Amino acid sequence: MIYNIEFETLPREALEAIQLRRLQATVQRVYATVPFYRKQFDEAGISPGDIRALKDLQRLPFTTKQDLRDNYPFGMFAVPMDNVVRIHASSGTTGKPTVVGYTARDIDTWSELMARALVAGGASRGDIIHNAYGYGLFTGGLGIHYGAERLGASVIPISGGNTKRQILIMKDFGPTILTCTPSYALHLAEVAAENGIGFEDLKFKSGIFGAEPWSQNMRDEIERKLHLNAIDIYGLSEVIGPGVSIECLEAKSGLHIFEDHFIPEVIDPQTGEVLPYGEMGELVFTSITKEAFPIIRYRTRDVTSLNADPCICGRTHVRMHRVTGRTDDMLIIRGVNVFPSQIESVLMEMRWVEPHYQLVVDRVDNLDILTVMVEVGEQTFSDEVRKLQDLEKKISKNIKEYLGVSAKVTLVEPKSIPRSEGKAQRVIDKRKF
Amino acid sequence: MRVEQISVFLENKAGRLSEVTGILAEAAINIRALSLADTSDFGILRLIVNDNVKAVEALKQRGFTVGKTDVVAVEVDDRPGGLHRILHFLYKANVNVEYMYAFVQQSGDNAVIIFRFDNLDEAVRVLMENGVKVIAGEQLYAM
Repeated sequence: MIYNIEFETLPREALEAIQLRRLQATVQRVYATVPFYRKQFDEAGISPGDIRALKDLQRLPFTTKQDLRDNYPFGMFAVPMDNVVRIHASSGTTGKPTVVGYTARDIDTWSELMARALVAGGASRGDIIHNAYGYGLFTGGLGIHYGAERLGASVIPISGGNTKRQILIMKDFGPTILTCTPSYALHLAEVAAENGIGFEDLKFKSGIFGAEPWSQNMRDEIERKLHLNAIDIYGLSEVIGPGVSIECLEAKSGLHIFEDHFIPEVIDPQTGEVLPYGEMGELVFTSITKEAFPIIRYRTRDVTSLNADPCICGRTHVRMHRVTGRTDDMLIIRGVNVFPSQIESVLMEMRWVEPHYQLVVDRVDNLDILTVMVEVGEQTFSDEVRKLQDLEKKISKNIKEYLGVSAKVTLVEPKSIPRSEGKAQRVIDKRKF
Repeated sequence: MRVEQISVFLENKAGRLSEVTGILAEAAINIRALSLADTSDFGILRLIVNDNVKAVEALKQRGFTVGKTDVVAVEVDDRPGGLHRILHFLYKANVNVEYMYAFVQQSGDNAVIIFRFDNLDEAVRVLMENGVKVIAGEQLYAM
């Protein structure tokens, strides 16, 4: 099914005409209202009037996460705060989050895109949506929520956590669509089984899973254990939140990007050169309808490729391959973005802790487990077990407070963390996607 | 009246303890007493040796984290109630024992126990006041 037949199946020519018009308007607006973009464009020697065709987008400079950080918190907003009705934020690399804003019309756009995404994943008006994405600063929970209401479905705003209660509600309320991270979906299946409940006895038709990388193997496992269609959804707060792209139930092969609102490019992360369809590279987005937080050529650091082949579902929007990796060292642990440098900041702040650490990420019983290995130096060492255990707890507590992610802290001997070519290997990711 | 103990941080991995004893053997250091406290992922080896300076140097050189702590060596009557008598004095004086372990050698007919107290000075005062023999460092290392 298609929520917005007109826009989701526009012939390419008509779609591109709309894109160009919207791009030109966006570029003019950011040049006039956001000092950062004015400076960027001036330095690149390009003015809004130079954008005469879609390919001229390539002449505009990229925007990076660092740029957003430099303009923290509201420097990238293109409207006065009077017009901003919502603020979301995601974790940043130095403790300062990336802040995004929405006007009433942005929320309207986002709701429409999420309604489209839910329908592409198999939902319709009569469905009950069990929304286990976290509600709060994270865009996941509220993004899905507004889309579900726009669609006219019944949404259960259960948010994350308290798995046993979630199972009870699934059993009693009979939701038909599940929305959460793919790893949490598998965790739900396990907890349900432990409590004598099989998903075959529940009413789920589809699950819309995202916010972390997953694989075809994981899809097979989820579909087998949860007895539903597992659909991949993609989004990031810098672009709008969830609802940037979605797989269709019909093909389950690549995620349709809502191109009437966002223009995707795939670039060579080294040279910045735009790559042709089919080639793997870094995904870059330009928003063309957003008001409060328009973004020009944002480097997502996600690795994918684009596919313009016609799709059996009838949508004409290009598809992106499921994200296969990152061009930076960001980890996604239980849906939370974690940069090794954030852990380092936590350790450095506790001045008596050695800044030699290693992160080990594993997936045990379908839940991501983060272990932080910290070397014990003379400053930290004690002859009393209790004091060292207290130290482990304190580090773990600070990581939780600072990053919002639970970590097990293990003290290790000095120099036991391998140092290769003078630089430590900071991350060992044992998860298989 | 204090005795210097050295402690070594060990990961719970096969071969770590023998690595330490190997280093000490190579440096011709005699271990007079030891205790190992462990958790699921790490351990703390506490040692009384005949030459602290040499031992610390040898272990540090090989990359171990080494600490030094003052402990008290106490002579305990080797008969029923011997240890209890001492702990009772300490309890009365509100001194806590962080940990303790036995020394290998006897002092005459008496056993020797190494104590780590939360308040070392107060512990020594209470013990001596009650006629308990506390052994000095030099004397202990040479026993």
